[in-house]
Amino acid sequence: MDDFIAARSQMALSLGFHIIFSCIGMVMPFFMAVSHFQWLRTGDSNYKNLTKAWSKGVAIFFATGAVSGTVLSFELGLLWPKFMEHAGPIFGMPFSLEGTAFFIEAIALGFFLYGWGRFHPWFHWFTGVVVGLSGLASGILVVAANAWMNSPAGFDFVNGNYVNIDPMRAMFNDAWLSQAIHMSLAAFAATGFAVAGVHALMILRRRNVQFHTRAFRIAALFAAVAAVLQPLSGDFSAKDVARRQPAKLAAMEAHFHTEKRASLVLGGLPDEQGKKVDYAIKIPGMLSFLAHGNFEQEVTGLDRIPVADQPPVLVPHLAFQLMVGLGMGMVALSLLYFLAIWRQKQWLRSNWLLKLFVAATPAGFIAVEAGWTVTEVGRQPWIINGVMRTADAVTPMPGIAYSFYLFSAVYVSLSLVVIFLLYRQIKMVPELYDRPAQLVAA
Amino acid sequence: MMQYVVITYLCLAILLYLLLGGADFGAGIMELFTRSKNRNAARQTMSHAIGPIWEANHMWLIIAVVILFVGFPRIYSVMSVYLHIPLLIMLMGIIARGTAFVFRHYDAVKDRMQQLYNRIFALSSAITPFFLGVIAASVLAGHIESAPSDFLSAYVFSWLHWFAVAVGVFTVALCGYLASVYSIGEAQTEADKRYFIRKTRTMTAIAFAAGGLVFLAAYVDGVPLWQWIFGNAVGSTAVALATVSLGVLAYAVGRGWTVLPRLLAGFQVTMILLAIGYWHFPDFIVVRNGANLSLLNSQAPLATITALGWALLLGSVFILPALYYLYYSFQREAEEVAEAAH
Ligand code: HDD
Ligand code: HEM
Ligand code: HEM
Repeated sequence: MDDFIAARSQMALSLGFHIIFSCIGMVMPFFMAVSHFQWLRTGDSNYKNLTKAWSKGVAIFFATGAVSGTVLSFELGLLWPKFMEHAGPIFGMPFSLEGTAFFIEAIALGFFLYGWGRFHPWFHWFTGVVVGLSGLASGILVVAANAWMNSPAGFDFVNGNYVNIDPMRAMFNDAWLSQAIHMSLAAFAATGFAVAGVHALMILRRRNVQFHTRAFRIAALFAAVAAVLQPLSGDFSAKDVARRQPAKLAAMEAHFHTEKRASLVLGGLPDEQGKKVDYAIKIPGMLSFLAHGNFEQEVTGLDRIPVADQPPVLVPHLAFQLMVGLGMGMVALSLLYFLAIWRQKQWLRSNWLLKLFVAATPAGFIAVEAGWTVTEVGRQPWIINGVMRTADAVTPMPGIAYSFYLFSAVYVSLSLVVIFLLYRQIKMVPELYDRPAQLVAA
Repeated sequence: MMQYVVITYLCLAILLYLLLGGADFGAGIMELFTRSKNRNAARQTMSHAIGPIWEANHMWLIIAVVILFVGFPRIYSVMSVYLHIPLLIMLMGIIARGTAFVFRHYDAVKDRMQQLYNRIFALSSAITPFFLGVIAASVLAGHIESAPSDFLSAYVFSWLHWFAVAVGVFTVALCGYLASVYSIGEAQTEADKRYFIRKTRTMTAIAFAAGGLVFLAAYVDGVPLWQWIFGNAVGSTAVALATVSLGVLAYAVGRGWTVLPRLLAGFQVTMILLAIGYWHFPDFIVVRNGANLSLLNSQAPLATITALGWALLLGSVFILPALYYLYYSFQREAEEVAEAAH
């Protein structure tokens, strides 16, 4: 394997791995806080058990998230030393603040996980909320760093030198807001559907129904609210991309030719040589509308981008379709769920709705991975959009392929162990908690 | 001005990582060198002591890395390139250790998997600080070439030499020493306490021997370690104080005190870092046939340093009280448990 490809694959693998754990680490504390709140308010011990069971899962994810994050902070240098040498001082602001957020998160987590029965119950509850808030803050901060790579700001690039550095302007670059909103919602949708799906499965199997129903309700509500908001935020992102990275927009929409009244391409297989999309549905004017809010406006195609600066089309386009498709599916399911809560209570007891939720278990996470593929592959060949090429940033050390194989092996085995542990956690629920409920069910 | 704030935080982060993270590593190292008869007691004491502060102890490494790549980007990138291999192995150690620790704690079924987690935890607890030591030594040893001619001299001999190996061993020994001293105060029974005191004696001896090894290796590799430490008043005083405090520590341990020995052990490690750091300051990476990279000449632009300094100061306002309260709460509780056990 080519070293450059290996370095990119290793980065993608590490980030793709980390994002799953960080989403869960960001969102689960909020679910736990709700459940914990319900317990403190109602004294229903199911909620206490639920909070404890979830917090064990979270501890596993948190540790995996923390080590994979630690690895990333070294990996940025191990793989992209030239990038970090120049970018570090510019986009470092969010990372320095993130350090604080992580620290607070780690401290609060210590209080929360080991604080049962040791502190005032509401102080204990509050530490759980702090875990969630600081996790969310660190997610937003690190995304601001990534947004800077898409939309570099806060410096002048003069004769190959980076001068007049302004870390605050770099942090609040043009892309940070749209990306931060979209990513935060994505974390809630992805984690929410994943958790709701697992508990839905348990309800369908008639295991500890009381316990799992409470869990399902909390997760599904968060998921549904986030999923319904996601297309709005996605539209905001797309308009943003159209403005700041026309090449990326063209790649993800497989828009080869600049045109007025540009049509939206649904599905299809881009043919990069032939500069066309096969088997696609086209909606005239729609792309102009979505990108610029006007059916007539011209949308820049790849033909306006110098060949050396063109991103690949196939991967971003397919990934984009996948994300949007899944997003729409999640919206549909969420609307059904809202209808069930408000008007059609009997649906909540029916199996088909639960089965749909089981089917949607991985949807959010697949959409997250797809969305990041759009953002990152769509930025190629640049590591800092328009400023530094990815190929110029890669480490001079040969043999990165071996390091990639090593990382792949480690991450695959870790994923397997985490799945195994989670399976054991869920299997042990009847023994550890919820005895009475099982008797009722029996 | 702000640059010194940033440098202070960098030194502090490295020191605290060695003291707190190091004691964590030491806990695993002690498991590795404990006969199976005592292993369970040792493990339980340690896991009780580490649990709540586990995540926080390892944040210091991340703080140090962030300060490096934001504030001293050239140092970060040179280390990343020439010390790629030891960094990579250290990362593998961090992954293995962090996950094994949590897995063994949270696996809902306690079966034979526990032995596997224990094995991985203990081994990676030794490997990680070993390579941390190797990296620290390589940064100063002057084996990093300014214009390497081939793969081996660029990426392997930059860190593979006797001095680095000896410092690696010494770091492992120091971690074990720290953990053994810390754990005296955590012991829940009189027998455990006696056991940890014996352990402390052994670990002191091992650390001493490893220290001698470092001087030997430095001599073999032509690293002027002797001069670094004894060539100036600060270095020699620091080492002298550390040695004297060993005696005080032995006395305090003999009297059954628990707090003073911890402070003294921390003091000794601080003095060792000071002795070596003082001579080199502000140099951070010593390069063969080239210009050294120093904390003063490889800085990020002023705007970045200022922002970073403020971020660190502001962060401390939130972090330090919370961290103190965390240690305090769980420390007090550990003492109550220990009292109750007597
Ligand atoms: C649950 C996950 C999820 C769902 C349902 C969606 N997205 Fe998304 N999307 C993400 C998760 C995501 C992401 C993984 O979080 C990304 C990657 C970078 C980012 O900021 O968010 C992303 C990026 C991303 C980008 C690129 C942003 C950039 O490069 O700055 C656009 C244009 C959209 N999305 C648009 C949409 C639209 C129109 C959706 C309609 C349903 C949609 N997304 C659903
Ligand atoms: C969009 C991408 C990312 C998001 C949303 C994100 C978010 C998070 C969150 C929420 C955590 C807390 C740990 C948890 O709860 O499991 C975390 C951990 C961590 N992340 Fe990321 N992260 C991202 C990418 C990165 C990158 C690129 C780096 C490296 C530079 C990084 C470095 C870290 C570190 C060092 C930790 C461990 C901190 C701890 O112990 O709490 N992350 N990340
Ligand atoms: C966690 C969510 C993220 C995912 C899943 C992700 C995914 C990817 C992927 C797929 C690539 C490879 C692109 C290619 O080479 O074709 C990549 C590259 C890269 N990403 Fe991200 N990314 C994420 C967030 C971030 C963040 C927050 C940062 C930094 C602050 C970052 C920094 C980089 C760098 C430095 C590269 C390598 C250079 C490049 O290919 O442009 N990424 N990432």
